[in-house]
Amino acid sequence: MALKIVKGSIDRMFDKNLQDLVRGIRNHKEDEAKYISTCIDEIKQELKQDNIAVKANAVCKLTYLQMLGYDVSWAAFNIVEVMSSSKFTYKRIGYLAASQCFHESTDVIMLTTNQIRKDLSSPNQYDTGVALTGLSCFVTPDLARDLANDIMTLMSHTKPYIRKKAVLIMYKVFLKYPESLRPAFPRLKEKLEDPDPGVQSAAVNVICELARRNPKNYLSLAPLFFKLMTSSTNNWVLIKIIKLFGALTPLEPRLGKKLIEPLTNLIHSTSAMSLLYECVNTVIAVLISLSSGMPNHSASIQLCVQKLRILIEDSDQNLKYLGLLAMSKILKTHPKSVQSHKDLILQCLDDKDESIRLRALDLLYGMVSKKNLMEIVKKLMLHVDKAEGTTYRDELLTKIIDICSQSNYQYITNFEWYISILVELTRLEGTRHGHLIASQMLDVAIRVKAIRVFAVAQMATLLDNAHLLTGNMQRNGICEVLYAAAWICGEFSEHLENPMQTLEAMLRPKVATLPGHIQAVYVQNAAKLFATVLKSQEGNTDSTAAQETSQLMIDRLPLFVQSANLEVQERASCILQLVKYIQKLQQKDVEVAEEVTALFAGELNPVAPKAQKKVPVPEGLDLDAWINEPPSESESEDEQPKAIFAKEEPKHSRPRHTEVDEKELARRREARKQEQANNPFYIKASPSSQKVYQEAPGVEHIPVVQIDLSVPLKVPGLPMSDQYVKLEEERRQKARADKKKKEKKKRKEKHSGRGKKHDSGPESEEDIAPAHQVDIVTEEMPENALPSDDDDKDPNDPHKALDIDLDNLVETAGRRPLADSEKLPVRSHRAAEALKSPAEDGETENAASQEPKKKSSKEKREKKKDKDRERKSKEEKKKKKKHKHEEKEEDLLGGQADESVVQSDETSMVAEPPTSTSAEVSDLDFWLSNAPVPSNTQEAVTVAAAAEAAPEPEAPSGAAPDSEPDEPKDTEMEETKSSKHKKKKQKKEKEEKEKKKKKKHHHHHHHSDGGGEESVQNGTVEEEEPLPPMSNYCLLAENSYIKMMMEDIEQVYDIQGNLQDGSQVVVSVIFENKCDSFLKSMEFNVLDSLNSKLQRPEGSGPHDGLTVPFQLPPGVSNEARFVFTVQSIVMSQKLKGTLTFIVKNEDSSTHEKLDFKLHFTCTSYLITTPCYSDAFAKLLESGDLKGSSVRLEGVNMPFHHLLARICFHHHFSVVERIDSCASMYSRSIQGHHVCLLVKTSGQTVCIDAKCDEPTLLGNVLDEIKQTFSQC
Amino acid sequence: MIKAILIFNNHGKPRLSKFYEHYTEDTEQQIIRETFHLVSKRDENVCNFLEGGMLIGGSDYKLIYRHYATLYFVFCVDSSESELGILDLIQVFVETLDKCFENVCELDLIFHVDKVHNILAEMVMGGMVLETNMNEIITQVDAQNKMEKAEAGIAGAPARAVSAVKNMNLPEMPRNINIGDISIKVPNLPSFK
Repeated sequence: MALKIVKGSIDRMFDKNLQDLVRGIRNHKEDEAKYISTCIDEIKQELKQDNIAVKANAVCKLTYLQMLGYDVSWAAFNIVEVMSSSKFTYKRIGYLAASQCFHESTDVIMLTTNQIRKDLSSPNQYDTGVALTGLSCFVTPDLARDLANDIMTLMSHTKPYIRKKAVLIMYKVFLKYPESLRPAFPRLKEKLEDPDPGVQSAAVNVICELARRNPKNYLSLAPLFFKLMTSSTNNWVLIKIIKLFGALTPLEPRLGKKLIEPLTNLIHSTSAMSLLYECVNTVIAVLISLSSGMPNHSASIQLCVQKLRILIEDSDQNLKYLGLLAMSKILKTHPKSVQSHKDLILQCLDDKDESIRLRALDLLYGMVSKKNLMEIVKKLMLHVDKAEGTTYRDELLTKIIDICSQSNYQYITNFEWYISILVELTRLEGTRHGHLIASQMLDVAIRVKAIRVFAVAQMATLLDNAHLLTGNMQRNGICEVLYAAAWICGEFSEHLENPMQTLEAMLRPKVATLPGHIQAVYVQNAAKLFATVLKSQEGNTDSTAAQETSQLMIDRLPLFVQSANLEVQERASCILQLVKYIQKLQQKDVEVAEEVTALFAGELNPVAPKAQKKVPVPEGLDLDAWINEPPSESESEDEQPKAIFAKEEPKHSRPRHTEVDEKELARRREARKQEQANNPFYIKASPSSQKVYQEAPGVEHIPVVQIDLSVPLKVPGLPMSDQYVKLEEERRQKARADKKKKEKKKRKEKHSGRGKKHDSGPESEEDIAPAHQVDIVTEEMPENALPSDDDDKDPNDPHKALDIDLDNLVETAGRRPLADSEKLPVRSHRAAEALKSPAEDGETENAASQEPKKKSSKEKREKKKDKDRERKSKEEKKKKKKHKHEEKEEDLLGGQADESVVQSDETSMVAEPPTSTSAEVSDLDFWLSNAPVPSNTQEAVTVAAAAEAAPEPEAPSGAAPDSEPDEPKDTEMEETKSSKHKKKKQKKEKEEKEKKKKKKHHHHHHHSDGGGEESVQNGTVEEEEPLPPMSNYCLLAENSYIKMMMEDIEQVYDIQGNLQDGSQVVVSVIFENKCDSFLKSMEFNVLDSLNSKLQRPEGSGPHDGLTVPFQLPPGVSNEARFVFTVQSIVMSQKLKGTLTFIVKNEDSSTHEKLDFKLHFTCTSYLITTPCYSDAFAKLLESGDLKGSSVRLEGVNMPFHHLLARICFHHHFSVVERIDSCASMYSRSIQGHHVCLLVKTSGQTVCIDAKCDEPTLLGNVLDEIKQTFSQC
Repeated sequence: MIKAILIFNNHGKPRLSKFYEHYTEDTEQQIIRETFHLVSKRDENVCNFLEGGMLIGGSDYKLIYRHYATLYFVFCVDSSESELGILDLIQVFVETLDKCFENVCELDLIFHVDKVHNILAEMVMGGMVLETNMNEIITQVDAQNKMEKAEAGIAGAPARAVSAVKNMNLPEMPRNINIGDISIKVPNLPSFK
């Protein structure tokens, strides 16, 4: 056997390997193709051998040849053979070849499914890795469907190397098999907090890609990403997250507010240009999403613009480019801030680098004004002449047109100038934008009546010189302008100087070489011209001239009748017959001109391109309904395709949408205006608006420059637009002089009148009156049609399929938990394990639904959530005990259980309107409404109020942003987070906010109130007096350099399966620099106790400190989070710690240290968990809990304050409140239930408490007591 | 997402092409030619970003490239990637090549395109950035190479011997091919982190 192998390899060593092949190709420079074809023959021979090594060698060479452009798809099967080799060496060669040349239509791909599955589950991590890498390049929908489950399992592989690859490839799987997104999403989300930074980065990467295409589905992840953003130090991850926020903020302006401060901090503190740049970009996105009327953001804009200016001025061309790129984004909303940097941008226009010039061009759009338009365009025209390379020139052309036509030709003061610019542009060789010029010509000619005479003359010249444009086939794009020229000359033929000449030009035999659609326009407009000519000639009493014209038509038209183009042919033969008939009449001396002109009389009304679509469906008309009942056998087929994931919106409801908010409308209006400006077929609708020289006072005084048309502009090739620049200047001066004169007159006339003070200083924008007025007409649209631009989505976009509502997945029993059908296909058979009895759920459900009270939908949902949470926690416990490979089944079962709950729920939910605001919405709202607003408290309050009063726009549409699986924790986290980054000096403001927050908090918990008649309603809270401010900050330590504040322990969560019963606690510490020096190299260290340990990165010793991931400039504060592992939570504990740091002055730097004590109270291990009253009752009845009680004397505060305090400081939620008695609930991170019954009479408060862990309860009660003794 | 990664030399000869979207071989060649045409006519001290290129184009896409000695490294990316980040990724890629090949030069890429592919696979997967930490990349690449060696074992020995003999001629090669063995100088750029 061994001998055989050795023999095989001896045979092999004289085969050509890759290096030999490369060398051979290089030595056969002259006859490379021939050499390669002999090599391919050799390869074919090698592939026929049995020896896998020989085959692999052959495949390796093929991969190289593929790169050189040779088709190697014929060897696909051999590639599969090599892929399935058991040796890693060959397998890798095979997968590489497959990734280079397999694609969706490669048929052997379907043979690979099992092989890949085998490799994925290989014990060797590199086999798995290679398979994943290969698969990422050639995954097909079939492969994705079959392997999705295997890959999902790999996402929890023990090796981070495999995990990160598995996470990353999920994106490809989603694209090919969108159904996998929902089942896989929870695990993907989990990976955002993977301990390995590589895996975390991969998960961020995937979610960012997903969210980029369908951002609204990922809004609910914002809190999580926010946390990552403030804690991560990996620039790659940060950049991705910041980019993601840039995509999310347009959907949720409140998110933007929350982001501004941390982003601004990053801008100040980071040294990485890439990160700085992305921060600036996202800040810009935020500023765009916040409507510009926010004065206190001008500082942020200034900061951005200022940073960008630094980038643009940098000598590094890359930074210059990016600076300009970002600047163009600001331009859209804050043109003023950019305009002040005009000098810089005009300078960039002369840069030698084309990329930079292009970016500068973009910016130019916002730089123009009436005053400088001509100048700027003149400069651009010079560039057009100089430009080499069509791309740049085409770009210049479109920019010129964009700049001139923007906002309905707002900046054009002289349309004759513009027409000549357009005519000059027709000289461009090889441009693709002929149609753009054409549509501009049409638009201007149609809408600016006063310009028609001039335009027609120019167009006639163009037609006369058509051969210049069509001479070269390469210039084909430009011949589009002839379309416009012909139409303008025909439609406005009454303005033609010499119609006969133009008619002849239009009937030249050469016209037949033009594209069909242009010929068609030629023929039609020749007929119009003919009518005009006839009219003028019949007046002359010389009938022969008219007859000659008819003869000309009859002579020339047959050329078009023979055209291969149907349109041309049809029009030509029609018109030919007509002219023949006219000729007959003419021979009988009948006056025909009148009738012929009547053929083309009247103006065509413009119709907006979308008008047809906007015709509202009349009431009662359902186009989808059957007129007659369909034959019965087809019914079953019709039922087949059901939307599984997305609830299809009823299509016919669109025209009646009413919830379009003001902003949206404004945006659309803007977009429509833009569209109008570019719409050539756009004539005014009503006769009243046809007046071009409007009789507005003052306008008639403006002299219109007379162009001497007696000098025909024969050759369109000559530059002539320049003359207008001069003329325009003169015109303006004259106008100014006129105005002054008029003013003087006025002043003389009205001596005693209130002398209007006209600014006679430098010419202002408004002073420049246009030489012609553009008609601004509203688009012709059907009545009642609402403008909506929702039809611009590409139906072929693969990402459209991924627009899946990801909220309400398994954990939270939303409206659409994972159904059985949504599970990923699994190959193995599943044993039907005992279901979590749905009966149990059903029971409570029944009990609940028996309650006669009318309940709000919110309460119901809350209740449902609770139950699910309970079940989930049970499941989780169960899960821990199981082996890893069973997890999947567990999931499936969870899904089933959920399904059944929802089904039973559905009965009670039918009555609810589907648009009711769900409690889940308020979660995200809550997080967002706590956004720290640096200086304007009032605003914050209004925002909060708005959030309360008006549910999010997307909420009613049914796409409710979800609740997190660990929702209560989130609420908690959010609550505390809101106070983050706040500076002490803004104390007053903080208090206010605290109050507001408190209110919200209260509000939130009352959702879970029982349905009792006397229970606290939202309304009653408002009636009661406002709550006193509360803060959960505590000062850790302070010296003259730095102040450390600890927030209430912020977030706690179980680590699944890793530690037996340990838990992790995250502590946020705010560091504030109090001195004037720079603080750096901060190191945070804590002396671990047996029970609590600071989590340190792998490889560091138990006494090493953690580096604080930022530096503090003077006066700045920032927050860092530290993770602790806690074993037992029943006792409170204190940890001693030290912070060391370097104080850096201009001349010196000193080491300093600060000692502190971290106090972990027992309540900090409690999680605010809403609980429904009957679940609460059941819990008490169960008898598992042990009781204890405490009395508080001399508590002098209203009962609701008392409750609020307990809720706030000790993380309880109110279950039920009746008069001066309330039941409260909370749960510890390790699952202990804590129940309180609070009663008050006079100044005595009596708290009876029950908990399954007496020590914990005792400590919690002590802490509660302490809280109240302090006040 | 990264749409394509191309490496070609100063004459437009492809040294590595990795497309993360399917194109026919002809289109691929056309793309390489066109990209070379676009990139090669740019001066040395202009910016590293390029828009356009009809084949790979689309307004969302950008070409980001770097020029090292005789080679162009070109990435075609969409707007979800950070421009400066990708520039840095190219630098990491080249530095990794430099470590793996010990003073990498164009010849290394010519004769060992498969190895370059393997290194790239540890950095970018299916168009998404997988790893940016050079040490991690090198660790994984080395571990796989070690495995390959172990697999070859005794059976691989004769083949290695032969290839060693074949490569004895290598020193002559630079003369034949006229590019010289200019190693890709890896400049020390300001780090990304």
